[in-house]
Amino acid sequence: MASGTPENPYLLLAVFAISALMMGLVPILLARLWTRWHRTARPDPVKHAVYECGLETAPYQWLPLKIEYYIYGIIFLVFDVEILFLLPIAAVYQDLPAGAIAGILVFVLLLMEGLAWAWAKGLLRWQFMQATNSGSQQSLVRSGAS
Amino acid sequence: MDEGLKSELQKAGIFTTTLSDLYNWGRSNSLWPLQFGLACCAIEMIATSMSRYDLARFGAEVFRPSPRQADLMIVSGTVTKKMAPQVVRLYKQMPSPKYVIAMGACAISGGPFKQGYNVLKGIDRFIPVDVHIPGCPPRPEALLHAIMTLQRKITQDTLGYDRRKEEEAELVASLPVPEHGPKDLSPSKHDSIWHAAPSRKVRT
Repeated sequence: MASGTPENPYLLLAVFAISALMMGLVPILLARLWTRWHRTARPDPVKHAVYECGLETAPYQWLPLKIEYYIYGIIFLVFDVEILFLLPIAAVYQDLPAGAIAGILVFVLLLMEGLAWAWAKGLLRWQFMQATNSGSQQSLVRSGAS
Repeated sequence: MDEGLKSELQKAGIFTTTLSDLYNWGRSNSLWPLQFGLACCAIEMIATSMSRYDLARFGAEVFRPSPRQADLMIVSGTVTKKMAPQVVRLYKQMPSPKYVIAMGACAISGGPFKQGYNVLKGIDRFIPVDVHIPGCPPRPEALLHAIMTLQRKITQDTLGYDRRKEEEAELVASLPVPEHGPKDLSPSKHDSIWHAAPSRKVRT
């Protein structure tokens, strides 16, 4: 008999979905069964330790990073992106049309705005971080240009 | 199965095998080495995995950056006492069944740095080594030969429960990772793994 459409056209989709699911699940289940039958599990604190290239795992892995690093990350980005774009621009500056220069100026001003904000906040001044009890409780907001 | 019958059947186009053979064939041809190098031997190891020597022909080219996915540790180079705990820890973090190839004079005995205060005199003091390759450094062919030797060893493996093997794995799992003592690693070796040959004993 020639292949006709099944009674429910969605039946094929269901078959397809189930076989797709099986393709993923069956190997995993087989591997599980195989492991259980073939090898006994030998759990061990060293074996279960967090992988750190063979070094001893840090005693407390959920150490919070200081939120201040985010500020320095942003400021770094300002300088980084500027350098990245300004160097090639400087190379072809003589031949640039006025429209392009205006575009660059807008771009640089946008970045400068970020720098001005950081400056006004006093973030450009490197402050030695005082370790607090919990490490992450330092407030993000600083007072003026201290 | 009888070998004669097997070859008779093969002539008729019927291939027979055992589940164990099939399993070992698959496993021996898909070794995943742990990706780490310790010294100059690592350069030879890299050369082995590249196109000229082509480790992929033996199915062992998939170097894994994590011990969780690796079943072969190639100790390629000088193991300093500073590095030994890390090597042992990585070995312990690999899932069983796992194999070790000690590559080069340093890894098997300390090599030219044997008299050095900071060099481990062979990684087999801490972890069981399946294949030792002499040479300084061994050529890629030697590493290929070691892989083939290991493959032959895996082919002899049994599929079911093996008491001797289980006990060995139990022993290895129970051994501690050495720590840096005031003068030497402590312990300086695992006696249950490393047996000094008479000629290797220290003369006073």
